[in-house]
Amino acid sequence: MARRKVPEFNAAPMADIAFLLLIFFLVTTTMDTDKGILRKLPPYEEDTQKDEPEIKERNVFVVLLNKNNDLLVEGEPARIGGLTDRVKEFIRNPNNKQNLSAKKTEELPFFGKTKISKGVVSLQNDRGTEYGEYIKVQNELTKAFNELRNEAAMNEFGKEFSELPEDKKEAIKDLYPLSISEAEPRSVGG
Amino acid sequence: MAQIRKKGKKETPGVSTASLPDIVFMLLFFFMVSTTIREVNKKVQISQPSATEIKKLEKKSLVSYIYIGPPKRTFQKKYGTEPRIQLNDSFATLSDIREYINSERQKLDEAERPMMTTSLKIDEETKMGIVSDVKLELRKSDALKINYSTRSTGGQSQNVAGLR
Repeated sequence: MARRKVPEFNAAPMADIAFLLLIFFLVTTTMDTDKGILRKLPPYEEDTQKDEPEIKERNVFVVLLNKNNDLLVEGEPARIGGLTDRVKEFIRNPNNKQNLSAKKTEELPFFGKTKISKGVVSLQNDRGTEYGEYIKVQNELTKAFNELRNEAAMNEFGKEFSELPEDKKEAIKDLYPLSISEAEPRSVGG
Repeated sequence: MAQIRKKGKKETPGVSTASLPDIVFMLLFFFMVSTTIREVNKKVQISQPSATEIKKLEKKSLVSYIYIGPPKRTFQKKYGTEPRIQLNDSFATLSDIREYINSERQKLDEAERPMMTTSLKIDEETKMGIVSDVKLELRKSDALKINYSTRSTGGQSQNVAGLR
């Protein structure tokens, strides 16, 4: 009995089909994951004039960025490079200087009674400031706080901040709150 | 003589292409897994600033995007070269932002709404005026979590502390 052989399935076009799909996905998708500097905006209030909390002058670290992208830190022109260290010193205030931020004592988990800086970094920019420059300053400010938190994590727990469990992270966040305040930009002033 | 030589020579077998589909499928699956579908067609040119202290945005579904930058060349005749806001697939004005945020919020579950993040993809050379206006508009529409989208500068991006 001459049994007919089943012809073999031709797999050659399979590669073409797969290539087509591959190219389709290459074109329509992107690799990049979105990343950036996270910030929380203050809630909007109709009347911003009323009961603004009084902050003592020594507790405010003023950073101004004008329309020519010049930096003014605490009343004097400065470079972007040294900003991180100045913010860190302002918040930490190791020698309890009168012109740097004051501290309050608070009870924290893991740390016990600790002195927490009342310092606030105030960032003001002009409407003409370039966004790139603004991000650079934001980056430096964030870096200062991240470094402070990292150092605290290293000293207290012997680990990087990012490797800590959530409750310890919270404690360190309480120790060094990300206190960056942004005023509405002014359209005047050069 | 010649005939004999011909017979004696071994014919080199062709490379089997049977495994080719497998290889290509493997590549295909790699790309399907590691990439994401492009969200919108950008109508503005954006060259993002770079930063070191960056954090990855975790849940894509919670993120809505606002693009600000000068229109691409093909749109410059109509829209000029000044930086403009793009929401979804079209140019928008400041007053559209609130509606956009509300519609984005509607898409989310009740529980997820407080975690909604707005990612600002803004061109480096944009002036802060328009950015501030957008931020004020976001505050008014109660979308307080924002992300200044940046490139990473290859430097250390490890020690990123969460936002407070």
